[in-house]
Amino acid sequence: MKHRTFFWFILPTLSAMILFIALPIVSVFIQSLFVEHEQVLVVSESCGPFGCTPTTTVDTAATAALQEEQPLGRFNGLNTYINRSHLAFAEVGEAWRNTETFGAFWKQIINLPFYRALIFTLTYTAVVTPVVIALGLAIAVGVNNLPRFLKGPSIFISLLPFLVTPLVGSLILFWMVDSDGVIGATIQRIFNDPSLSLKASTALTWTMLIVYGVWHTLPFSFITFYAGLQTVPEDTMEAAMIDGASKWQRMIHVIVPHLAPLMSFVTLMLLMDNFRVFEPIVSFKAEAHATSLSWIIYNDLRESGNPLYGSAGATSMMTIIGVVILLTPVLIRTWRDFSRKAH
Amino acid sequence: MLLKRLAAASLFAGLMGSAAFAANCGPEGQSIRILASDFPAIHAVVDAARANCGDAAAEFTANHTTEARQIMNAALTPNPAEYTSVILANATLTQLMNDGLVRPLNDLVEKYKDSIPPNVLITIDGNVMAVAFMANSQHLFSRKDILEQAGVDSIPASYEEVLEAAEKIRAAGIMEHPIAMNLQTGWNVGEVFNMIYLGHGGEFFAPGSAEPSINNEQGIAALETMKALAEYAHPDHLTHASNETQGLWESGQAALAIMWGSRGAPILDDEGSTEEVTSNTVLSAAPTVGGGSIPAATLWWDGISIASNVSDEEAEATFAALISGLTPEMVAENNDDAVWLLPGFEPGPAAAGVAGTVQGGARPYPMIPQIGLLHAALGSELTDFLKGGESAEQALADVETAYRTSAKEAGFLK
Amino acid sequence: MATKAQSRIAAPAVSTKSRTRIQPLTVISLALVALWLIIAAFPFFWTFWGSFKVQSDFFSKTDWQNAIYGVNTIRQTGSPFTLEGYHGAWVDEEFWRNVINSGIVVFFTVVISLTFGTLGGYALARSGRRYAFWLLMAALVFRAMPHITLVSGYLLPFFEWNIWGILPTTIIVLVAINQPFTLWMLHSFFLNIPKDMDESAMVDGCTRFQAFRHVIIPVMWPGVITTGLFSFLLAYNDFAVTAMLLSSENETIIPAINSFLGTTQVEGKVMYAVAAVVSATAPLFVLILFFQRQIVSGLTAGAVKG
Repeated sequence: MKHRTFFWFILPTLSAMILFIALPIVSVFIQSLFVEHEQVLVVSESCGPFGCTPTTTVDTAATAALQEEQPLGRFNGLNTYINRSHLAFAEVGEAWRNTETFGAFWKQIINLPFYRALIFTLTYTAVVTPVVIALGLAIAVGVNNLPRFLKGPSIFISLLPFLVTPLVGSLILFWMVDSDGVIGATIQRIFNDPSLSLKASTALTWTMLIVYGVWHTLPFSFITFYAGLQTVPEDTMEAAMIDGASKWQRMIHVIVPHLAPLMSFVTLMLLMDNFRVFEPIVSFKAEAHATSLSWIIYNDLRESGNPLYGSAGATSMMTIIGVVILLTPVLIRTWRDFSRKAH
Repeated sequence: MLLKRLAAASLFAGLMGSAAFAANCGPEGQSIRILASDFPAIHAVVDAARANCGDAAAEFTANHTTEARQIMNAALTPNPAEYTSVILANATLTQLMNDGLVRPLNDLVEKYKDSIPPNVLITIDGNVMAVAFMANSQHLFSRKDILEQAGVDSIPASYEEVLEAAEKIRAAGIMEHPIAMNLQTGWNVGEVFNMIYLGHGGEFFAPGSAEPSINNEQGIAALETMKALAEYAHPDHLTHASNETQGLWESGQAALAIMWGSRGAPILDDEGSTEEVTSNTVLSAAPTVGGGSIPAATLWWDGISIASNVSDEEAEATFAALISGLTPEMVAENNDDAVWLLPGFEPGPAAAGVAGTVQGGARPYPMIPQIGLLHAALGSELTDFLKGGESAEQALADVETAYRTSAKEAGFLK
Repeated sequence: MATKAQSRIAAPAVSTKSRTRIQPLTVISLALVALWLIIAAFPFFWTFWGSFKVQSDFFSKTDWQNAIYGVNTIRQTGSPFTLEGYHGAWVDEEFWRNVINSGIVVFFTVVISLTFGTLGGYALARSGRRYAFWLLMAALVFRAMPHITLVSGYLLPFFEWNIWGILPTTIIVLVAINQPFTLWMLHSFFLNIPKDMDESAMVDGCTRFQAFRHVIIPVMWPGVITTGLFSFLLAYNDFAVTAMLLSSENETIIPAINSFLGTTQVEGKVMYAVAAVVSATAPLFVLILFFQRQIVSGLTAGAVKG
């Protein structure tokens, strides 16, 4: 394709992405290298309907004067990236020196918010991604073999976990897995343990989040594979059947190769989305047992009143780097495909 | 009850005409733009202001959104600001003042002092920064039938008595988990620490500085109290916030609860619960703790503020309009929607807990610029202690380190 | 693993004997589909049933069976089913306004996303050059950025430029942040359309754009509709962007539902939210039934025969 033609085809999408994503990423990165100016505090007294208390306030005029001089704040280099809320080099080093056994070292590491979040994030990604791909493909094939009149309703029902907004979907599930809810009570009955609570133990909370993750993202891989199945060339299938290939053999030798590009697409998207897992943690109120990188960002931006942009920016940049590292194998594959197709 | 309502309604109808007539709306033809949370009581104030002064203004808009806290700083930063007023609370006033986005109201208060009720001015360093109109706090909810059944004669007045009562209820085999509290990891658990720590007489920061000072005796005592309470709470307590504790209460599965005063009315109404629960629910002041004399709770208010980056005329028109809404008639019509700090409020049973807590001299939620950072650090670091994996000292040390990290970034510490 | 081994053993026998016999693999596959459909549908049907109950039944702490029989619903309203939630959401809270807003946002987001995405995706699939690859990679990196960071970064400029709170801003933001996904998905689909098709058209004298219009557009619908479905769902379900960038009068359904849920201090009207969710799903049912026919019926045929 000519450069010029390519340029006009790509222009709309590229300008949207540059304006609303690329520039913000650059600005977030710059922001993450700075910290706020020193806040000039003045001691004062605050009075209200409940009486007076001594307090401090920010001298906004003095702080604004500092701001005028250096609008971005104080340059901090990569220090935000290595402070305790993030990579915590100093704390990890200290833990390494001061602990005798690996267990004790590990205990200190998971006391650090970033590593604690990273561990859950990676576990979640590593479990949910392959399960969703395998089940999505299996169900897509199954639905594809259904009689025609059942396909429509099946597709609709399969999409339901995606359709009901997570806001309410997880609220309802949260109530269902409560020890007094329909799922929670059933599980108690199955295991014959009336004190079993999915929300009170770390292991069960993780399982619950992972099961929810699979349930919620399965429609995506299902629909994509289902659409891909519609494009499997029929003559190839017929040829394979005439050659006496079993269903399973056809699946492995015809369908899976045909779906390979879609498969890497789905893998990419799932890895990325799972690595940014966030919604279920908040909806299931699982913060006590599981946090993720995106949750840390959310916490920095929302929980402390005036947002910690630098800290959130640093975690965001590390999320991007994490995603790139995770995706490398798939990307190399895509690169090979790409080079092959090009020549 | 019905008679009382009727009387209030007719009083309201009678005054309505004169109130609207008398409302002083300040400069005419201005644009009034209000940002507020999506609460019934705040709707009532804003709607009353609109009814009084909407016609005198060229524009009267109100954005009631659950995300008000998240957008307010950005919305007030441009000049002119997106909104002329934000209806805010203790914590959000601090959040806006940190960026210098709300203006002192001294001259406006002076000008409209006849319409402003007494004792509602929020003054910081001699400047009036907000006019409060409603209050809220955590307090004790008790089931008097269950307490009697377990042999507890009086409503507990201290956390020690709460624990004692809980033990009696458990020992009597009535309930395994009689206590309900909002201990959800994050803001809620941090807030529980705040109130019990204040009840122990603790201070969050070294005086006049941003150095944290919670890793001390009071801090450890507060954590020990929390842990003792959690022993008697539902096993899922780390996921419990207001909706869950209210659910527990209404289904009769808790006998002693520390919940928000604003949940009093919905708990006492006839919806969602049984007669047995509602008729035996007693609302009382938050308990004291550790021999302290004040209720262990944090007092909150909601009030009016005016943006810095708007013209003086718009500021005055907005202030006048909102003040015109704070009338006894508005209160009478919405009496049970809030604990009003305004004349005409008739405290019902749902307000008893907040009233008791205020009278007991509980401390207001601190309006210190860096409190949000400490609160966030508490919210995320205390859970390990409650789960049992960490000592109280370690948990508090973690909180202080986490706070220091973010306070350095925000410029409060070097 | 057992299934795999079994099928391997069963395979030669089946292929030589009658084809009409039901194979174990088929049974397993059907069972899996049936199980999945139950798991996928159960929470929704539970919600649907529960939306006609009062809150203390549907979210019962006493006994989950209350959600089925409606003990409190009978006590409070005199009948086991109530339309209170629906009435509250649609009449008292004027939920239809949010539905209209959502309709506008979703329609324009899907149309613009797909227009931008098909053009870009087609170009990327057909250009064999390195920069095309790197553009795809850049799009991936863009997509890795957590939305919440992006959105909180938008706030201040949008307020400064006075474009905060209105629907067009939200639409363009949703288009932009979903563009990497759309681009990648359509790019994958275009790779499946044989190159010879449009290239032979170009040999016949068409320009690239004419070839795209006359040859590619007619066969690209399965991919476009599937991608459109996801653009639709992303825009429809979005909370992070719509909650932060829309004022209350322009609110779409998801932030509206969120505001029904209440806050720490104020009790929500949770049943309004449940009813709103259920009623918002009804039009989707129609929509998906409509489009699944497009996906299933032979529109795909032309694409891959070549």
